[in-house]
Amino acid sequence: MTMLKLNSAAELEELRARILAGRDPAKPCIAVCAGAACDGMDSAAVAAAFLAEVGRQQLGERLELRTTGCHGYCEKGPNVVVTPGEICYFEVAPADVPEIVAATLKGEVVERLVYHDPASGAPAVHMNEVPFYKHQTRLLIGDNPKIDPMKIDDYLAVGGYAALVKALTEMSPDQVLDEVKRANLRGRGGGGFPAGSKWETTKNAPEKTKYVIVNGHEGESAAFMDRAMLTGNPHKVLEGLIIGAYAIGAQRGFMYTRHDMPLLEKHVRNALAQAKEYGLLGENILGSGFSLEVELHFDVGIFVSGESSALMRSIEGNAPEPRPKYVRTSVSGIWDKPSNLNNVETWANVPQIISRGAEWFTSIGSEKSKGTKLISLSGNVVNSGVVEVPMGTPLRTLVFDIGGGVRDGKTLKAIHFGGAMGGSIPASLLDAPLDFDGMSKLGAPIGAGGLLLMDEDTDMVEVARYLMDFLTKESCGKCVPCREGMQQMLQTLTRLTEGRGRQGDLELLEDLAEVTGLGSLCALGKTSGDPLKSMFRYFRPEYEARIPDRAAGGSGDQK
Amino acid sequence: MSEIVLNIDGKEVAASAGMTVLQAAQQAGIHIPTLCHHEQLEAYGGCRLCIVEVEARGRKSYVVSCLYPVEKDIVVRTRSEKVDKIRKVIVEELMAHAPDAPELVKLAEEYGADRNRFEKETSFCVLCGLCVRYCDEVKHKNAVGFIENGAVREISFIPEIAAKECWSCQECFTLCPTSYAQAAYLLTEALAFPGRRHAHAHAHAHATPEPERRVIPITPVAATA
Repeated sequence: MTMLKLNSAAELEELRARILAGRDPAKPCIAVCAGAACDGMDSAAVAAAFLAEVGRQQLGERLELRTTGCHGYCEKGPNVVVTPGEICYFEVAPADVPEIVAATLKGEVVERLVYHDPASGAPAVHMNEVPFYKHQTRLLIGDNPKIDPMKIDDYLAVGGYAALVKALTEMSPDQVLDEVKRANLRGRGGGGFPAGSKWETTKNAPEKTKYVIVNGHEGESAAFMDRAMLTGNPHKVLEGLIIGAYAIGAQRGFMYTRHDMPLLEKHVRNALAQAKEYGLLGENILGSGFSLEVELHFDVGIFVSGESSALMRSIEGNAPEPRPKYVRTSVSGIWDKPSNLNNVETWANVPQIISRGAEWFTSIGSEKSKGTKLISLSGNVVNSGVVEVPMGTPLRTLVFDIGGGVRDGKTLKAIHFGGAMGGSIPASLLDAPLDFDGMSKLGAPIGAGGLLLMDEDTDMVEVARYLMDFLTKESCGKCVPCREGMQQMLQTLTRLTEGRGRQGDLELLEDLAEVTGLGSLCALGKTSGDPLKSMFRYFRPEYEARIPDRAAGGSGDQK
Repeated sequence: MSEIVLNIDGKEVAASAGMTVLQAAQQAGIHIPTLCHHEQLEAYGGCRLCIVEVEARGRKSYVVSCLYPVEKDIVVRTRSEKVDKIRKVIVEELMAHAPDAPELVKLAEEYGADRNRFEKETSFCVLCGLCVRYCDEVKHKNAVGFIENGAVREISFIPEIAAKECWSCQECFTLCPTSYAQAAYLLTEALAFPGRRHAHAHAHAHATPEPERRVIPITPVAATA
């Protein structure tokens, strides 16, 4: 394959045709998941075993091997998917490899390694039959099993960068912006703010130098979908970023992520280099006259780095301390220049909106929340993993149809959304649809999309204490209400969990949650009391039970 | 500079574009409490005591006046039930660390704060950052900085810089609302370059008196509770 810089859209399409011509869709391909969870279960040994087996039998001509990003079904890793047919094998060990290779060559299935219904024992062979997958709409994550994240050609083979071509050759920057606005794409990082409006603010800011940023600093507890997206398909995110930069008129882009994910770093660095080599990044992209440089930045290991103003401070080379957003970062961000920041998943949505149009996009989802949403499913759930469903999907579908319900036959007590700054709702509200505004009203905002199941044994006071402990350690410490208020809430919650509750503790917590919420500088402090507020709304009796009864003589640690 | 008229506590106040609400209020003789604010330093927004209620385009919000830019027709309330409550709790939280700091004692009286509401953890430092920022922005020395984050954050003098720079400066001591900057410096001095204070006193015992580096005493205040 030539590795020459592509000078036009036509040259890109020629390259794509050559890549596809060199691939036989009928040739079996074995895709081994190397996502974070599978990697933790040593999927690398499985991949190595496949490589050795193919080498030993000299099957290179008859069988394709691919190491990919996260497939989604983390619970049952290491995951292996065989195409054609998308045959799913679960919990694959190196010892299973010769059998899978032999069956694949014969067009057969290794029955013992496919999904079996835990109740009936009925097998589900193909991806669209496996309950975990069949209730999903995998528009963003669905390409992961088809792509080696280190190979740009794999992304081109599934239609990658066609949206960029369309934007650059058929659309003006204004038309691109208009399409995203009409798609009503809302930010997936937590706020659900309309991405188009944000883009427009940056675009219209008088300053000529503008920046675009991918916020890949996934720090929300129990959230791992952005990592799966960016590690597994970095070019999709990058394509979205380039299109956004074109619409906004930015000359420079930043990808900001955590320092502690070596595989992600490797894939993103490689993607940036390959895109540049192909002329999809850098000077005069595809001969369009539009230029964009993108660089990768890392955090210093603190949660608040993901807060947009702190993130921008960090990119400048300063300590990641938030600043108040009385002037928005979309007007005055990095080095006081207009800077448009969106989350990984938000950017990943952009190519399909451009390719398939706003009408198509708005046909998916609920009235005010369009498209799909990536969800990290974990906690006391049978099937943990990365899930993608249309907005508006009832939580019940997520929990039971996809998640398989609660582990160990226990009853569901509550679900928690949005990590340490989110909220918990009781199982009785499980018919609520997955929707930005609806979930916020219930007190469990989707946040970035971490969904935690909690079974009947969960101590809701301990949950709040645990989350507060996390946030207290992650506060930057600049402003008083966040630094001191959370510390005091943590101490009070700790007293409650240790059976040392005092009269007035609940009122104290309410006071602190209110003042910390109103007085803090950034979103970390402002929303730190949200889990507690949801607890008081739905689980107050559990908290009251921790306060010694004054009438009964008060056995607590009275002040 | 264009003139902007806003309403603070029922008074029409004129300000120029680019000013903050705090500046506009101070210019109009309206008092807003501050702790981390200093005219020579960039506004910081850390202590949050200068929080005010702002009504703009029909929406009420709570903002820190040291950073919030003046806008046409906004209505600012420097006192309200919520504002007072926020200030009261902030003072209470800080008094867990510095129960006798004169400024906090005064604020506690004004806002009815209970100095014993939270368990004492007398670190003395309220982390206003005046010393850190003064050393950075005015002196360009960075002899003192923040270390750690969140509840365990503290100020720390960097011995290598402090040994060179602080002896002849010590200007941050008077900025400190709790005298902790001085204490932290003296600790650094004692550990990192011991004997210097003594040697200095000895060498200058018979020489022409030069401005002596004295320890600045905390102004004694009556305990409130």
